[in-house]
Amino acid sequence: MAVDSTTRTLISPAQLRRGRGRVLYWAVLAVVVAAFTLVFLGPLYWMVTGALKSGQEIAQTPPSLFPRDPQPQNYVDAWNNLALAKLLFNTFYYAMGAVLFQLVFDTAAAYALSKLRPVLGGLILGMMLATLMIPAMVLIVPQYVTVLDLPIVHVNLLDSPFAIWLPLVANAFNIFLLKRFFDSIPEDLMSAAVMDGASPLRTLWSIVLPMSRPILGVVAIFAVTAVWKDFLWPKLVMPSPETRTVSVGIYTFAGGTPMNVVIAASVIAAVPTVVLFLIFQRNIMSGLTTGGLKG
Amino acid sequence: MALTTAPGATRRPGRPAPPPRQIAARRAGLGRKVRDNLTGHTFLIGAVACFAVFSWYPMVRGVVMSFQRTRRGETTWVGWDNYARIVADPSFWTAWKNTFVFTGLALVLGYAVPFFVAILLNELRHAKGYLRVLVYLPVMLPPASALFLFKFYAYDPSEAGLFNAVLTALGLPTSEWMQSPTMTMPAMVLASTWMNMGGAVLIYLAALQNIPGELYEAAEIDGAGVWRRIVHVTIPQTRLILALLAMLQIVATMQVFTEPLILANGAGTQDSATSVAYLIYQHGFFQNDLNGAAALGVIMLVVLAGFSAVYVRLTARQD
Repeated sequence: MAVDSTTRTLISPAQLRRGRGRVLYWAVLAVVVAAFTLVFLGPLYWMVTGALKSGQEIAQTPPSLFPRDPQPQNYVDAWNNLALAKLLFNTFYYAMGAVLFQLVFDTAAAYALSKLRPVLGGLILGMMLATLMIPAMVLIVPQYVTVLDLPIVHVNLLDSPFAIWLPLVANAFNIFLLKRFFDSIPEDLMSAAVMDGASPLRTLWSIVLPMSRPILGVVAIFAVTAVWKDFLWPKLVMPSPETRTVSVGIYTFAGGTPMNVVIAASVIAAVPTVVLFLIFQRNIMSGLTTGGLKG
Repeated sequence: MALTTAPGATRRPGRPAPPPRQIAARRAGLGRKVRDNLTGHTFLIGAVACFAVFSWYPMVRGVVMSFQRTRRGETTWVGWDNYARIVADPSFWTAWKNTFVFTGLALVLGYAVPFFVAILLNELRHAKGYLRVLVYLPVMLPPASALFLFKFYAYDPSEAGLFNAVLTALGLPTSEWMQSPTMTMPAMVLASTWMNMGGAVLIYLAALQNIPGELYEAAEIDGAGVWRRIVHVTIPQTRLILALLAMLQIVATMQVFTEPLILANGAGTQDSATSVAYLIYQHGFFQNDLNGAAALGVIMLVVLAGFSAVYVRLTARQD
């Protein structure tokens, strides 16, 4: 996709084709590609190879560009000493649960708000959207106290995956995104289904969901990355070593573990989201830009 | 974009209010309406319950908690005591000062730089996909991973650190980075910008692609150079997104927490890294002072609401 828009931008295409413009364009392009690779890929290269260096090599000046004597042992140590398999499994489990809960509850709610005209629907949507204005840090203490002793049912959710899954359902951005998508599904299609005697659930299942696959994919990807990137909340509600997420686990171990091993663990922790991104980058980018805001 | 119009703002003007009797009738039919549309309301239950328990209720509870004090299981109303105690703590002011410095620096770096990066990327006709993937890649890293990379490799205060090696190679003096109170903030902002700018770049790019080419055409015919085209066409055309992202950027950076915690072990050299969010965490989860932490949260909410109000006024006037 070298040329994907033919509309003119700041600088006219004619200007870019002409002698001096052309030279300048290619020079800028080369500089930008080189600089971006260095700035955004360089640190990742440094991370992956740095974790292969010995403690001595890490401390030498000037730093070496390639590991002289690669030590894959650092990665093995990270995997074993930090029990990364368990930590990764926990994070994966929380991420999958988050996808499931968000898809079921948020889709149902967005469908109801968009198509079924519930009582006070506008007010409920407004109250949901208002939560976008409330910074997460402001709620951290009362939310934590609530998780310790859920109102009415009096259950303590500490160390329970529900402490991660349920608060993530309360995601106004997802509901907004889904509702806007459902709003764009023609009313004719819906009434035709009703005419044929389809129940609302049946319409959702056979008409709306199949049409909404792209947006459901975006919501699912956002759910996985949200769980993978979150730090403070899992640190608070998953205090036991057995229930920790990978980020919290690495942070907890960082104090008494050699630097190279911490970095090796950080690399391993980053692999799933980076791979997910490289596979689904088109969907993620379009979800970001069509949905409007907030990554 | 849809989020820029407040919900309810699109309500049709001049629609007459229904007479009182009709309102009463509607209210009486509420239960009936719920029964008639049982599926619709059942579908809402899950999400509404989660919002109620984990957003709406904690919101109210946070405010209530900030006026209470719990000792040995006994909760009493203490009025403004928590606020007085929090404000009297010298680290309260240090934390606010640091947070404002962080937000200010992050606005210069994390807000202006992505805009110019987006303009640059929008002009390039090759390698677009590659460059976009690169910019967004750090956003996908778990923050703990990225911050350990900066902490151990980039901000290593010895000459073996990546940044110091580059500075040495260029013949410039090296820095102590996180060990130096004056460098702590710029170093944290730099790491944070690297991690987060991808999102802003992509949103700007989407906005830039919506600018009609004729506007640039006309400006060029009028003899406007590249810089004047940016000032008179690009910026006015993207002003709503610019304003919105400024707002989001302020709200996000005022809550800075993971950067001080991981890069500076919390407070940093001579308290140079303590942020308001870190102070909330300190009070709530180390000093066993959940009520003080709740009061700090309310103060933060008020400050951020103040920013939002200014934003709404500014954007409303421009329309």
